[in-house]
Amino acid sequence: MRNAFCSAMQTLAETVDYAFLTGDLGFMALEPLQQALGDRFVNAGVAEQNMVTVAAGMARTGFQCWAYSIAPFIYARPFEQVRNDVCFHDADVKLVGNGGGYGYGVMGPTHHALEDYGVLLTLPGLRVHIPIFASDLAEIVPRMAADRHPAYLRLGRCERPPGYVPPAYAPWRRLLDGERGVLVIAGPLAGPVVARALETPATARPAIWGLSELSAGGLAPPAELLQEIARHDALVVAEEHCAHGGVGQMLALELGVRGGLPRRFQACAARGYPTGLYGSQAYHRAASGLDPASVLDAVNALMDRKAT
Amino acid sequence: MPNANSAVASPQDAARDLPRLAQRARARLLAMHFKAGVGHIGGNLSALDALLCLHHAALGADDAFILSKGHAAGALYASLWSCGQLTDAQLDTFHADGTRLAAHPAGGWHEAIPFSTGSLGHGLGLASGLAFGRRLRRQPGRVHCLMSDGECEEGSVWEALMFAGHHRLSNLTVMVDRNGLQGFGATGEVASLEPIPDKLVGFGFDVEEVDGHDFGAMTAAFSRSSDRPRMILLRTVKGRGVSFMEGRMEWHYLPLSPEQFALALAEVEAR
Repeated sequence: MRNAFCSAMQTLAETVDYAFLTGDLGFMALEPLQQALGDRFVNAGVAEQNMVTVAAGMARTGFQCWAYSIAPFIYARPFEQVRNDVCFHDADVKLVGNGGGYGYGVMGPTHHALEDYGVLLTLPGLRVHIPIFASDLAEIVPRMAADRHPAYLRLGRCERPPGYVPPAYAPWRRLLDGERGVLVIAGPLAGPVVARALETPATARPAIWGLSELSAGGLAPPAELLQEIARHDALVVAEEHCAHGGVGQMLALELGVRGGLPRRFQACAARGYPTGLYGSQAYHRAASGLDPASVLDAVNALMDRKAT
Repeated sequence: MPNANSAVASPQDAARDLPRLAQRARARLLAMHFKAGVGHIGGNLSALDALLCLHHAALGADDAFILSKGHAAGALYASLWSCGQLTDAQLDTFHADGTRLAAHPAGGWHEAIPFSTGSLGHGLGLASGLAFGRRLRRQPGRVHCLMSDGECEEGSVWEALMFAGHHRLSNLTVMVDRNGLQGFGATGEVASLEPIPDKLVGFGFDVEEVDGHDFGAMTAAFSRSSDRPRMILLRTVKGRGVSFMEGRMEWHYLPLSPEQFALALAEVEAR
């Protein structure tokens, strides 16, 4: 998604007066943006704490500031800077983390981001954006820019199934029709699951909804989704993020408060490193039961269970 | 801007008035802390003269100031009070429920308090961002930032120093209140900063050392500019102005008893 992000940022530069800071990353991806922005493209060096604080200071001079790094280095390393300098001041700073979840694969656990949005959503006023497909960036970037408050963009790898045409971007999207239950997936994890589900007739697969925008103020599930959950009295949520603070918990709370929590509920989430071994993103997804087959099996198992 | 007097008085004239203003502000600061029953007095008294000098003689209409050593909020409030930016009634709410005057500055409600600070190691990065953004926008004015010496143990300070030095932020002036004492020991015992001037020169700063209680020297130092970021190392005394507090670490924490308050006030007023 980095190239699509770079392209969307170049388009944004035509209308928005922004500055871009990178923590010494972007080789073979951000060069066109560097060229387009000139002195408003700043390599802040391997110093993420300072990069985030500088962005908050620059925002006071009227620049919207986008700060970019590998996902864990933009939220975990400088967490206090995000909290104190960006969020306490409601600074117009956008944090961009590449490789959300297990995105950096065999690079190891220091490079993974399994709790990023759960942690960040504890902060006042910050919204989270998780594109599912690379093409979403052209919609998400201007959407983030127009909202002059703190935000986090979690980039991943686009896994759009061959031949599949995604519906137009929306924070909630019905990605695939299906009649056997409801499956909500956050971010690009939806791609391979949709690909697998396409191999199954609609009568034997769940309806798959993609979620791309999170706010502590509520996930605002659409009425159509709520009706579908109520009809099946069942819901499975899958995300490449730990269960605590994740979409599964958020949605369960929201449904519970509305009085619409289904009697059958399953959260599929990142479990860390259960094998004690390391590998590709696909390896880690499978170890957490987040590979497409396991996620769809979880839906089937839930639907086989009688609601009690 | 904070210095209401600067429009009519030259920095030199303002500096001449500073000893008298400092006596009043010091007494007000002690009264504030006594009324609130709180400590942190030592580091407030070491920083107060520099803050007064900034607000009365150095900061211009286009300048900005960030107090990075947020635990000197009392000195900031007393200094702003001395130039008419805060009222007695506001100071009376210091530390009380429902106050805007928290023990560390909460930003966003007063023009002269642009950022919330208190966690150490943030102010210099904020000041650098502000200075960098202003330079990109070709805006006038300097950005000033006051840090503590213990604060320089934070890694983020050195990230910010590297950024400011690398980008030659000539519109940035940083001051360090070198009172030599920190939370649980002398700075030299905990993590020696020496040779701090050499280190800062190495990071690309134009470094100057002055007496942080000499108004004339500070006024001159604060008004100088350079083609590089300025760093002014202020030699100060923790607890300055109250003999039983001077150079004593415990006044980082202790509140004043009624007897100590009376004694301290008498000393300040006798100067």
